Amino acid sequence: MIPARSKLAAALMAAAVLLLCAGPAQAADEIRIGSKKFTESVILGEALRLLVREAGLTVRHRRELGGTAVLWNALLRGEIDAYPEYTGTLRAETLARLNLADGAALEKALAARGLRMSPPLGFNNTYALGMAETRAAALGIARISDLLQHPGLRFGFGNEFINRADGWPALKRRYQLPQRDVRGLDHDLGYRGLAAGEIDVMDLYSTDAEIAYYGLRVLADDLGHFPTYDAVFLYRADLETRAPAAIGALAQLAGRIDEKAMARLNTAVKLGGQSESAAAAGFLNARLGLNIEVAEASIWARLRQRTVEHLTLVMISLSAAIALAIPLGILAYHKPGAGRFILGAAGMIQTLPALALLVFMIPVLGIGGPPAVVALFLYSLLPIIRNTHAGLAGIGTPLRQSALALGMGLRDRLLRIELPLAAPVILAGIKTAAVINVGTATLGALIGAGGYGQPILTGIRLDDTGLILEGAVPAALLALAAQGGFEMAERLWIPRGLRARAET
Amino acid sequence: MLTLEQAAKRFGETQALHPIDLTVAPGRTLVVIGPSGCGKSTLLGLMNGLVSPDAGRVTFDGTVLTRETVTAVRRRMGYVIQEGGLFPHVTAAANITLMARVLGWERERITARLGALARLTHFPEDALVRYPGELSGGQRQRVGLMRALMLDPDVLLLDEPLGALDPLIRFELQAELRAIFSRLAKTVVMVTHDLAEAAFFADTIVLLRAGRIVQQGGIEELSAAPADPFVTRFIEAQRGHWPDAGVRL
Repeated sequence: MIPARSKLAAALMAAAVLLLCAGPAQAADEIRIGSKKFTESVILGEALRLLVREAGLTVRHRRELGGTAVLWNALLRGEIDAYPEYTGTLRAETLARLNLADGAALEKALAARGLRMSPPLGFNNTYALGMAETRAAALGIARISDLLQHPGLRFGFGNEFINRADGWPALKRRYQLPQRDVRGLDHDLGYRGLAAGEIDVMDLYSTDAEIAYYGLRVLADDLGHFPTYDAVFLYRADLETRAPAAIGALAQLAGRIDEKAMARLNTAVKLGGQSESAAAAGFLNARLGLNIEVAEASIWARLRQRTVEHLTLVMISLSAAIALAIPLGILAYHKPGAGRFILGAAGMIQTLPALALLVFMIPVLGIGGPPAVVALFLYSLLPIIRNTHAGLAGIGTPLRQSALALGMGLRDRLLRIELPLAAPVILAGIKTAAVINVGTATLGALIGAGGYGQPILTGIRLDDTGLILEGAVPAALLALAAQGGFEMAERLWIPRGLRARAET
Repeated sequence: MLTLEQAAKRFGETQALHPIDLTVAPGRTLVVIGPSGCGKSTLLGLMNGLVSPDAGRVTFDGTVLTRETVTAVRRRMGYVIQEGGLFPHVTAAANITLMARVLGWERERITARLGALARLTHFPEDALVRYPGELSGGQRQRVGLMRALMLDPDVLLLDEPLGALDPLIRFELQAELRAIFSRLAKTVVMVTHDLAEAAFFADTIVLLRAGRIVQQGGIEELSAAPADPFVTRFIEAQRGHWPDAGVRL
């Protein structure tokens, strides 16, 4: 049974490598566009992707990669070539320490980092605070200063706004706001919280589609706190030599999207159910007189791609975890000193929230599949190490002594007696790791690794339950399949003698 | 064949065995007996290196047992424990032939040896494909014995080999086992707590108490010339409260 097992492990590894190769490969001359995880950014990313494609270049759009920091660092490292950004964000947040006085200073600071900024796209998407119209009217609040009279109001801010230097901390100082009930939440969930009356005040982007939809009152920034957030594209300076046509595509967008147009696009996607691609194409065709057609991928094509991505993440990380964790478990068992350290370290990794672990990986490995695979790999170690150790430690003294008394060497005892006896427990550990892995891999979408998490992420953003289910249902089915698969493996691999014992 | 010289073993606070001198003569059967916790299993463990002595030394056929020599020595000793200590994840046949396969014996040689052992121990050949969990207690004990005999060892060590069997099967197996021993003419060391069993098998009985040898000799010697009141008490206790017990003591 040992050769059979190692053959299977080899087959698993080979499959993982194949999947990795078959997965989203990156062509050297491909233009990569990124976008942040909100609708407007995705639409702008799509608009640029379509224009670059029209210019005859190979282009890929990595949607919803994360917040500003993720995109900025990805651009600096060259993992993406361009992404939509706002001047206010650059000056007040990303490069705040430089105290950039004006646009020229900003361009210089960007140039020093090998980056360029496109001409403004034509709209200013500034921050604002908003309240439900009825509530605001009842309390007589029209300006941000009016909030001073109502210290009991509950604030719910997007996770980015609440932490950004130009967000809540600065606003609070500027207006001396007294409110204490301030919580961070997903921007898209904020609207629902406001509608349900769970919060009173939230942060808005002035081009948000929901302002009209929910009938929100935008509070006047009477002290002029929020800077201008002109939308631009940031791109790598080397794009000018690598792909001049892409710069041409960027120039086409200059000054073409005003605030109304952007809000309409956001509404079309968020409330009208249009895809970002279709909305962007429709706009470009009308505004620039182009004739771009977008083919929407069928649900099956999407599902197939997500499944390949998800399985790639799971199989590579799980195979690697098995390959390392079983030897570590054996070591932990044979050397109790090292064992305490190994089990302790693996346990510590397990206590890190999965999301935090994913984000920790970004500075080291960037965005996309590799950091997600490493995070999932680390996450899968503990159940396998612990069960390998427990399985070996659970072998009774009579059996241990029988193996010794026969005159078997360390290697033979391990391979012929100890590991086979511990196999049911080890397999149970691998099963646990696999099920956790499948579930946790959905978080990989947050750092651009794709998989079933992608439709879930988009579904939350668009408040589209169908889309959420498109990710959640296959993820749940895959977890069940993993569970079932390992139970089948148990029947195949675990000899009758051990199963009979387990049943009695 | 096997010699212990001032061999002693301590487990934590307990002196399991005080320094002991003991020689096991080749081709003879030595039975170690004594009450629970007297150190008899520890004594057996010293002989095949499962227990390493704190002091003194153990010699097998001229070789002192050390970390380096112990594996080779163990392959010349068969070891049988209660219930056989069989590996539950492989069949009876695989249990028996395990070491031969490790050592790379030819398939024909293994098959021939397995058949001979099954005949020797009256084990039904069709039961060899069963897993230990699917065998009766007596059958498991026979498999344990076959496994110990597979490499045709010089010495057979048995630790309470029949302890877990019900009396009828035990009675039957005792007779068979003694027949096997006399046929193979091997050096045998057996541990038991049952004096009747000891008397039935032993050329020499070693009575242990609290880690020391109280008396050594044949059963008649122990009975007629006890070295210590404990010997008499031990024999009396084993005779039980039924004076006409059909055991020849």
